[in-house]
Amino acid sequence: MLELAIGIILGCCALGAGVAMVAGIGPGIGEGNAVAKACEAIGRQPECKSQVTTTMLMGCAIAETTGLYALVIAILLIVWAPGRLVDVLMTAIG
Amino acid sequence: MEKKRWFVIIDALLLFFAAIPILTGIVLRVLFTPASEGIEITGALIFTTVKMPWGELPITEAQINSWLVILSVFWLCLYLTHGITAKGGSRRQYLCEWVVEKTESLVQENMGEYFSGFAPFIAAVMALSAFSSLLSLFGLFPPTSDLNIVAGWAILVFLLITFYKCKCGPLQYLKSFTEPVAFLTPLNVISEIATPVSMAFRHYGNILSGSIISVLIAAALGGLSSLLLGWLPGIFGEIPFLQIGLPAVLSVYFDVFSGFLQAFIFAMLTMLYVAGGFPAELYAKKQVKKSQKKIKIKK
Repeated sequence: MLELAIGIILGCCALGAGVAMVAGIGPGIGEGNAVAKACEAIGRQPECKSQVTTTMLMGCAIAETTGLYALVIAILLIVWAPGRLVDVLMTAIG
Repeated sequence: MEKKRWFVIIDALLLFFAAIPILTGIVLRVLFTPASEGIEITGALIFTTVKMPWGELPITEAQINSWLVILSVFWLCLYLTHGITAKGGSRRQYLCEWVVEKTESLVQENMGEYFSGFAPFIAAVMALSAFSSLLSLFGLFPPTSDLNIVAGWAILVFLLITFYKCKCGPLQYLKSFTEPVAFLTPLNVISEIATPVSMAFRHYGNILSGSIISVLIAAALGGLSSLLLGWLPGIFGEIPFLQIGLPAVLSVYFDVFSGFLQAFIFAMLTMLYVAGGFPAELYAKKQVKKSQKKIKIKK
């Protein structure tokens, strides 16, 4: 029974991490849009290249935030959560 | 001639002092790393714990390494500014002048005239962040892939933002939460708290994900080479040939480019948030009122 409980904890942690990384879709689409528009802007006005690039990098960094939240959650779920949850289970059993 | 010799000796000494912290870091790393097999992704090593009134304070590799980076950058700055003259001419003087001018123009562009004193702070944040991320090139633990270190910087920036928001008095600061409509107050409070959290997570997540992917790819290449080249006779079968050189290509992106980019973004966001939080118009009005009052009192 204990093995089953620990197995469920480990499996659900891994599953949760995988599901959390679905959030990677959003930043992917968003940054793709941003870079596409930046390319258009550079094509129209090549003399503004450095400014457009800087602004684009900033925008990409901010658009990436949601993806990074998901990444941090996934890392915590894989690295930190299983041991902690197993500890909680053990103390509950006594 | 004698003067020139002393100059070279001091130069060498400064470079030596700049290299010592990194060597110390490597020695500490070698001494404290527990023996292990296979891939392992762990947080910072804990060297010792110090007993404090509120509990135990762990002294981790991340803290030590960030202090080592600070020392190293300090000696490097002394090296770069050693022997600069009004006339100029040496290569390192061009380099440090370029750095100073670039930072000053960046700060001027993004923050305006009032914040021109921010250039040293911004340059320090950038240098600390970039060199911390670059530590992974020496095989050391980059302090920026520990959330505690980056969260400390983010809290510092948050305090700065709050300080400049409070420039027109704390009442004005509290009132700014109810804008544009009063029922948006909870959302404004959340977005205020989200600023340092997102700054810390952005920096930490980027560097940490880079190092995790590097470790995974290095391990995968090791497995692949033992699978493909394992038939080679004797010791040749055990050398992971695919691990030589190939992970370094990725390291150019994950360690060098990503490190510099995150340093730039952190500094940029600091500038934007601090300058954006400062109520410039209100402050100017207040200054005008103050000066008028002073004139009245004098009369």
